[in-house]
Amino acid sequence: MNYIPTTEKEKKEMLKEIGVNDAIDLFQDIDEQLILKEPLKISKKLSEIEVRKKVESLAQKNKTKTSFLGAGCYNHYIPSVVNHIISRSEFYTAYTPYQPEISQGALQSIFEFQTFICKLTGMDVANASMYDGSSALAEAAFMSHNITNKNKILISKTVHPEYKKVVKTYCKMHDLEVVEIDFKNGATDTEKLKNEINDETASVIIQNPNFFGCIENLDEIEKIAHENNSLLITCIVEAISLGLLKAGNADIVVGDGQSFGISPSFGGPAFGFMAAKKEHMRKLPGRIVGQTIDADGNKGFILTLQAREQHIRREKATSNICTNQALMALAGTVYLSMLGKQLKNLAIINNQKTNYAIEKINKLINFEIVFSSPIFNEFVVKCNDSKKIIDELEKNNIIAGLDLEKYYPELKNHLLMCVTETHSKSDIDKLVEVMESIK
Amino acid sequence: MKIIFEKSSSGRKAVELPELDVPMKENSIPESMLRNELDLPEVSEVDVVRHYTALSRKNFGVDNGFYPLGSCTMKYNPKINEDMAVLNGFTQAHPLAPDLNPGCLQLMYELEKDLCEITGMARITLQPAAGSHGELTGVMIIKKYFEVKGEKRTKILIPDSAHGTNPASVTLCSMEAVEIKSNNQGSIDLEDLKKNIDKDVAGLMLTNPNTLGLVDKNILEIAKILHDNGSLFYCDGANLNAVVGISKIADMGFDIVHLNLHKTFSTPHGCGGPGSGPVGVVEKLVDFLPIPLIEKENNEYSLNYNLKNSIGQMRAFFGNFGVMIKAYTYIKALGAEGLRQVAENAVLNANYLMSKLKKHYKLPYDTICKHEFVLSDEGLPNNIITTDIAKRLLDYGFHAPTIYFPLIVHGAIMIEPTETESKQTLDRFADVMIKIKQEAEQNPDRVKNAPSNTPVKRLDAVTAARNPILKWEGKC
Repeated sequence: MNYIPTTEKEKKEMLKEIGVNDAIDLFQDIDEQLILKEPLKISKKLSEIEVRKKVESLAQKNKTKTSFLGAGCYNHYIPSVVNHIISRSEFYTAYTPYQPEISQGALQSIFEFQTFICKLTGMDVANASMYDGSSALAEAAFMSHNITNKNKILISKTVHPEYKKVVKTYCKMHDLEVVEIDFKNGATDTEKLKNEINDETASVIIQNPNFFGCIENLDEIEKIAHENNSLLITCIVEAISLGLLKAGNADIVVGDGQSFGISPSFGGPAFGFMAAKKEHMRKLPGRIVGQTIDADGNKGFILTLQAREQHIRREKATSNICTNQALMALAGTVYLSMLGKQLKNLAIINNQKTNYAIEKINKLINFEIVFSSPIFNEFVVKCNDSKKIIDELEKNNIIAGLDLEKYYPELKNHLLMCVTETHSKSDIDKLVEVMESIK
Repeated sequence: MKIIFEKSSSGRKAVELPELDVPMKENSIPESMLRNELDLPEVSEVDVVRHYTALSRKNFGVDNGFYPLGSCTMKYNPKINEDMAVLNGFTQAHPLAPDLNPGCLQLMYELEKDLCEITGMARITLQPAAGSHGELTGVMIIKKYFEVKGEKRTKILIPDSAHGTNPASVTLCSMEAVEIKSNNQGSIDLEDLKKNIDKDVAGLMLTNPNTLGLVDKNILEIAKILHDNGSLFYCDGANLNAVVGISKIADMGFDIVHLNLHKTFSTPHGCGGPGSGPVGVVEKLVDFLPIPLIEKENNEYSLNYNLKNSIGQMRAFFGNFGVMIKAYTYIKALGAEGLRQVAENAVLNANYLMSKLKKHYKLPYDTICKHEFVLSDEGLPNNIITTDIAKRLLDYGFHAPTIYFPLIVHGAIMIEPTETESKQTLDRFADVMIKIKQEAEQNPDRVKNAPSNTPVKRLDAVTAARNPILKWEGKC
C-alpha cells in the first residue's frame, strides 16, 4: 500500500520539466557513499486487509477486564458525540491554526477550551493545552522559578510519582532544587511543609485530589505558601473532581484532561492544561488564542501573545512548546459542553460509589482503609499480600488497582484503587466478594 | 458565531447520567474543600453537534485540499490508521498494567526497531510527545553526556536557518545557543563553524534536510569537525520525509535525531497535536535515554528502567501511544519499498513545483531541492508582500505555505507539496500562484485585501495582542 497518486507517465513529464532523467538524480546533492544501496530491512508492503489483521492481532493480545486501576489514567464513560466530533477531518487533518481566516473552527474551539479551563480552575488565563499533566507540571515549576527568581521547588510526596519524576528531569536542567514534603494520614504534612519552606522557595506543588485519592487542605497550604511569598501550584490529575472540588487559591493550576472524554490508550494521547493568574499571563508557555476583529469589524479568533513564543523569541522564549495536544483539547471541550453543569453530579456519583466500596472493603477482616483524610474517587487499602490479591482478582477478570510498593517502598502491601461511574454496584459487590474469598 | 457558553439555556441537558445504584450517603467532604459554583453551559446533544459541526466547516484540513505548509509535511493521513488507533484492545489499555497489555509493548518495540532501521540509530525512545519535546530530550542527553564525562560544555551551535524551537530547547536546558551563519548556498558556513568551535561546544543542532529544503553538502565534514572536537551532532529530523529509505541519518554522522511521527509517518496533526517526537541515539548514548525502554527476551516484552545515565522521564507513562499506532500501521502498510517511494515522490513533487514557479517568483537558492523550497517576495510589484500572496491563496481554496520562515530569506514562502499530491493538483497550484502574480500587477488591491471569501476577513493581530481577550467573561 502506498498513497502516491503519480503515474509513471506523469512522473516522466515531471522529470522532463525539472530537466533530469531519473528521480534518483534529484538526490545527487547527497554524497554518493550516503545513498543506501540496499532496501531497508523493513517488512514488505501490505494491503489494507493485511495490515488491519496484523494490527488487530496486536490489539487482541491485550486483556481488557473490569478495572479498579486509576492512578493517573481513568476509566470514564465517553459520550458518543465526542469521538464523532474529533473524527471530523476538518479538525483532525489540520495543522496548527497559522492561517486564522481558514482556521476559525480550531481557534474558536480553543478559545472555548481556555474559557472552560478558567471556569473550572478559577484562574484568569489558560493556554491552548500542554502535552500532558506531568509535563505541564514541570513547565509550571520552571515558570515559578522564572516569576520568583528563586531556586527551590517543594513538591508533596503525594503528587503522582511519574509527575514527580518529570518535574525532577526538567528542574535538574536548571539546577533547581526539588525537595519532597512527606505525608501524614494520606495528605501533605503541613508541619513538615512549614519547616521546609524558606526564602529560596519558588513554589509549593500540591496535587488535588492527591495520588492516594485524598483531598488536600488547600486553604492551609495556600496560606503557608503565600505567607512565605512562594507560589502555589495545584495539579489536578483526576479532572472529574473539578465538578465538586475547588482548585484552591493557587497562582498556577495545571492538570491532565484525560478524564474529560479521552480513553486511557496506554497513557496517551490526552492533554495537559495550564492556567494562571492574570499577572503571570506573559510568562505562560505554549499557544494562546485571543479574540479580535477582522477587516470588516467582525469578531474572530487568532493565536496571540506570540512574543512569548519560540518562533519569535527563539532562545528567549518562555518555553519551546510548539505542537501541543489540540485535538485532545477539542475532545475535552466537547465533553465539557456535553456534561455542562452535570459535571457536578457526575463527580458526586464517583464519590458516592467510591464511598460505598470503601465501606464494604473496610468491613473485610484482612483489609484496611488506611487513610482517613477525605477522598474523591480513589483510596488506599492495606492487605496481607498485595501480589496475591492482584493475582486472585485477575483470575476473576478484575484488575485490582496499583501496588503502591512500586513507587512507595514504605507502602508495601498497599493497593491504590479507583471507582468511577463506569462501575455498577454489582461490579463493586463482585470485587468485594472476591477479596473476601481470598485466603 | 456565538461560543458554546452563549448558547446555554438553564435546565437543558445533553447527557443522562446513570441513576445512583448504591445507597446515597451524606457528603463526606468538608464544605471548605468544595467549590461554590460551576458555571458551565447547559445545552442539548444536538446543540453540541451542530455547534462543533459548524465550527469544523470553518476549518481547513488536508482532507479539504492542498496544504503546502513548509516543514510541516502535510501529507494525506490514511484512514486505516485512524481505525487502528481506536481498536478497543488499545484504547482500554492502562499504562500501569503493562503485563496485561503485551500487544502495546510489542507494537512499541517493533515501531522502535523500524525507526532504528530507518535512521540507523541504535535505540529510540518513543516517549516525547512532539518534535520540540524530542528536541528538549535530545539537548538534555547532550548535557548529561558531558556531565558524566566530567566536562563542562555550555554551548550549542545552531544555524541561522533553524526552527525557533532549537534555540528555545537549548535555553530550557540552561545552555547557550550560538548562531552559525549560512553560506550563499544555504549550507552551514564552514568558516563560521570553525571560528566558533571550541571546547565549550557541546554540540550542533542541524535540521537535515534544512529549512531551505537542502541537504548540507558538507555534512560529513561538519560531522568530522564536531567529532574531532568531542562534540555531538544533533539532527532535527522534522524533514526526514525527503530522505526516508534513501539515506540514513546515522550514516551522515549524526549522534542524535528526533523524528516527527506527525510529519514523515502520516499521523494527522489535529489542529496542533497530538504529535509524537521519538528520539534516536547512537550506541554510546543509549544509556542516557529516558526511562523506560522496551526490551524483548524469549518473545516476552518488558520495561527496562535500568539505564545508568538516563536523563529521567520526559512525561508520565510512555508517550502518545495512540499516535504510535498510526505510525506503525503506516510503516507496515508501506514497507521498505513504499517508504523509499515516499522520499522519491516528495522530492519529485517539490522540484517539479519549484521549476514551474521559479520562472515567476524569486528563488534565492536555485538548486535541486529536497522535499520543499523557499521563494522570496523580493521584486513583487506594487508592494505586494508574502502575507498578501498567502491570503490570496486562501481565496483559491489552498492552504498557504509556511511564510516568513526561514528568517534568512526575505519574505520567505516555504512550499512543501509532499508525495501524496498529484501532478494535477501541483499544476493547479502553480497556475494559481502565477495568476496571483498577475493580479499583483494588474489588480493589487484584490491581493492586498485578500482573503475575501473565507469565513472571516484578515484578522487584526495587533489588537489581539494589545488588548488580550483570552476567554469569555460572561456567565451562563
